[in-house]
Amino acid sequence: MPTKTHVQTRINGEDVEFLSEPRQSLLECLRDVIGLTGSKEGCNDGNCGACTVNLDGRIVDSCLVLGVEAQGSEILTIEGVATPAGLHPIQTAFLENAALQCGICTPGFIVASKALLEAEPNPSEGRIRLWLAGNLCRCTGYDKIVRAVMDAAGKMS
Amino acid sequence: MTTTAYEPNVVLATETFDVVGTRPIRHDGTDKVTGRAEYGSDGQPVSVLYCKILRSPHAHARIKSVDTSKAEALDGVKAVVTGKDFPSSPPDEEWSGTTGTFKLKDLREHRLATKKVLYKGHPVAGVAAVNQHVAQEAIELIDVQYEPLPPIMTAPQGMAKGATLLHDDLFTEEAGEKGDTPSNLASHLQYKKGDIEKGFAEADVIIEREFNTATVHQGYIEPHSCTVHWNKDGKVHIWNSTQAPFDVRDMTAGILGLSSTDVRLTPKEIGGGFGGKWEPYGEPICALLSKKTGRPVHNALTRAEELESTGPTPGSYIKVKMGITNEGKMVAAQGHLAYEAGAYLGSPVDPGAQCIFAPYDIPNVLIDGYDVVVNKPKTAAYRAPGATNAAFASETVVDEFAEKLGIDPIELRLLNAAKEGTRRADGPVFPRVGCVEVLEAMRDHPHYSAPLEGPNRGRGVAIGFWFNVGLQSAANMNVNGDGTVTLTEGSPDIGGSRVGLAMQGAEVLGIPAEDVHPSVVDTDQIGFTAGSGGSRVTFATGWAVYEAASDIKRQLIERAALIWGVDAGDIEMEKGVVQSKSDPDLRFTFKELAAELDGSGGYVSGRGAVDPKGEGGAFAGLIVDVEADPDTGKVQVLRATVVQDAGKAIHPSYVEGQLQGGTAQGIGWGLNEEYFMDPEGRMANSTLLDYRMPIALDLPMIDTVIVEVANPGHPFGVRGVGEVNIISPPAALANALHRALDVRMEQLPMSPGNIMEAVWKKGK
Repeated sequence: MPTKTHVQTRINGEDVEFLSEPRQSLLECLRDVIGLTGSKEGCNDGNCGACTVNLDGRIVDSCLVLGVEAQGSEILTIEGVATPAGLHPIQTAFLENAALQCGICTPGFIVASKALLEAEPNPSEGRIRLWLAGNLCRCTGYDKIVRAVMDAAGKMS
Repeated sequence: MTTTAYEPNVVLATETFDVVGTRPIRHDGTDKVTGRAEYGSDGQPVSVLYCKILRSPHAHARIKSVDTSKAEALDGVKAVVTGKDFPSSPPDEEWSGTTGTFKLKDLREHRLATKKVLYKGHPVAGVAAVNQHVAQEAIELIDVQYEPLPPIMTAPQGMAKGATLLHDDLFTEEAGEKGDTPSNLASHLQYKKGDIEKGFAEADVIIEREFNTATVHQGYIEPHSCTVHWNKDGKVHIWNSTQAPFDVRDMTAGILGLSSTDVRLTPKEIGGGFGGKWEPYGEPICALLSKKTGRPVHNALTRAEELESTGPTPGSYIKVKMGITNEGKMVAAQGHLAYEAGAYLGSPVDPGAQCIFAPYDIPNVLIDGYDVVVNKPKTAAYRAPGATNAAFASETVVDEFAEKLGIDPIELRLLNAAKEGTRRADGPVFPRVGCVEVLEAMRDHPHYSAPLEGPNRGRGVAIGFWFNVGLQSAANMNVNGDGTVTLTEGSPDIGGSRVGLAMQGAEVLGIPAEDVHPSVVDTDQIGFTAGSGGSRVTFATGWAVYEAASDIKRQLIERAALIWGVDAGDIEMEKGVVQSKSDPDLRFTFKELAAELDGSGGYVSGRGAVDPKGEGGAFAGLIVDVEADPDTGKVQVLRATVVQDAGKAIHPSYVEGQLQGGTAQGIGWGLNEEYFMDPEGRMANSTLLDYRMPIALDLPMIDTVIVEVANPGHPFGVRGVGEVNIISPPAALANALHRALDVRMEQLPMSPGNIMEAVWKKGK
């Protein structure tokens, strides 16, 4: 009996197939099976948002999705946010606004912020705080993150 | 204030430089916004095994037996270890490092208990298996028989007569003497200044209050993580997430019975620490497992393991009695601080005791501090360790004085503020410090005079003092032919320190910050560098970089002299230009001279290794507005302005980030965060849903004012900025809550439940 399931996905615009045990989360598959370690594990129970990825247009905690559930889905991880031409404006804004200190939560914040600006190109401070309420940052107090998202919104519009 | 219009972030600069004080992009930034940066768990070596740790379900118990046979027999398990696999030493053999002096046997028992478990989550055995799931199954097959004992959960409980003892070989240390009967009180310290009785006799108003603060956690988002390989040549290599590569190397070597440099530690990127990543947790266990299997072994803690078994900061019981004259002159202050050390001695009660009244010039002071072991995880440093608990007590009493005397709270603090020459109760006399300047900037900030209207709203202020530390650091710099300079150093970059260090080197050499390429290297590649903590990296490692760059500068002048055939004394180097003082035609830009190095004697390297003693103590204060719901006790923070003396802000954006981050942590500590312990001494809220750290929705923008009172003990005036900002928030929030709801909070956190208890108590 095989112990793993064959999963077909598109990740960051490319076809990716992998084998997942039934008990492996999508986060574990991304990190340990596929080698995309940009998504981070901070709690493994959906409370910190460091593993945020975009799954079929929705931001999810990839630690709360099973690897086998990703069958047939389109996934964007932090590794797919920049293009060969350069950084995404949100990434540039995070750098220019010093919106990261240790940087461990940054991939999750950038993936979540990208989804926000695609849904709401000119969010208020309150809307940004609401959209990012699922992502914990312990270093910054969120001030510079909120400013970076506002800055990116301004530059993208 | 020099500004009239309101700005969210203000730098009150007193001296300007070319590079220092500007805001370049951090060198490690692109890797960190693209997911390429490798943190503790990222990128494991081929053939790695995964370690899980069996932990005690009891807060306090004797271990009767451990049977690992079923776990060893499980398919996929490669090795099982217990504390018996550590080497043994004489019972009193000690180990010393930057964190203190400890018995080696305690360091080993802390990592893997063999006799007693002293907190829920205390490690008992480690397993290495082909993956984490098999390792998890295996630890569940280990059979440990315990004899549970009554748990000690608070410092006063531990100090009570007849309390159950955690250790039968712990004797109270008091005034350099050891007691003769075992006790949970590890030490009692005392600081005295003047005559406390005389002081209270001179006072017109005396206030005495008692305070209790809950255990809280550093809460870094990246759990501890390490990979260890015990090579066949007897050398151990650690790759991990740590603030303190050399300190963890040395303690791990001590625990394993090795010489320091038998261990090589490669620090990966670190996902936060705040003091909590200064000692080894999984490293010694993975080392034993690697020795047994011959393969690298990886361990990453879960969030529950983080909360239940890595260093929180202590819960505490504090009593404060202060006396003041009707004119507002503080004349007496007495403090009794009892801090929970956790399972092994070493709470930060000493720094708490040294800081509690430090912002004020008070002639008569008596402070007693008690370090008490309890059945909670061994505490670790957390951002200005010990000082936040202490300031919550003293700064709310100062606020009560202001109210009673009808003096503005900032003016009252200014009347008593510590200055150059003020002697602290613990002995040191302040050099030039910025307490007055911080208070004046708070008073003059538009936030302080802005109207705050509406019911159940209040504004509070508080200030805090923290020492900052020096300690050893090293740096090497190499000039390249294209005019850039590589910089290697040993301070893990926890918040943008690479750029702050590169900038100091660039300033000396007169080149752009972007032309200095910084790298954090391993313990075999750089001289001893104490950890990234104590607000010390920009200060001490910055000084090492200053020395290395100055070394290069001297050599470049000598090289130009050689090339030009003139005396080196005739050459100067200013703003990146090397030129003759007498012949204007003899001139090299940095880039031009760098291109001449190959062929004129070779490239140039500079070295810096320092142990600076001139660390500058720092003051910070917070102005905070809150709205409290009188029916539910929920508190919303409406506005916050943090003011801090940075000495000199090398990169103001990252200094602002420290002020904002420390304030956010202080707000979490003040309002939400708490270890809920059940009656058996087990943490009942070990997830990030229930251990409630502030989220983006909880906080307003956090405005900053950077005050710059240059530290005479640093070439650019740096004081260090990482810690002092966490001290004020709980007290400032309590003082704001007093104005919002007319209650004085004497307990942390000021959670809805605790606030309602206070409201109801007052209503009775």
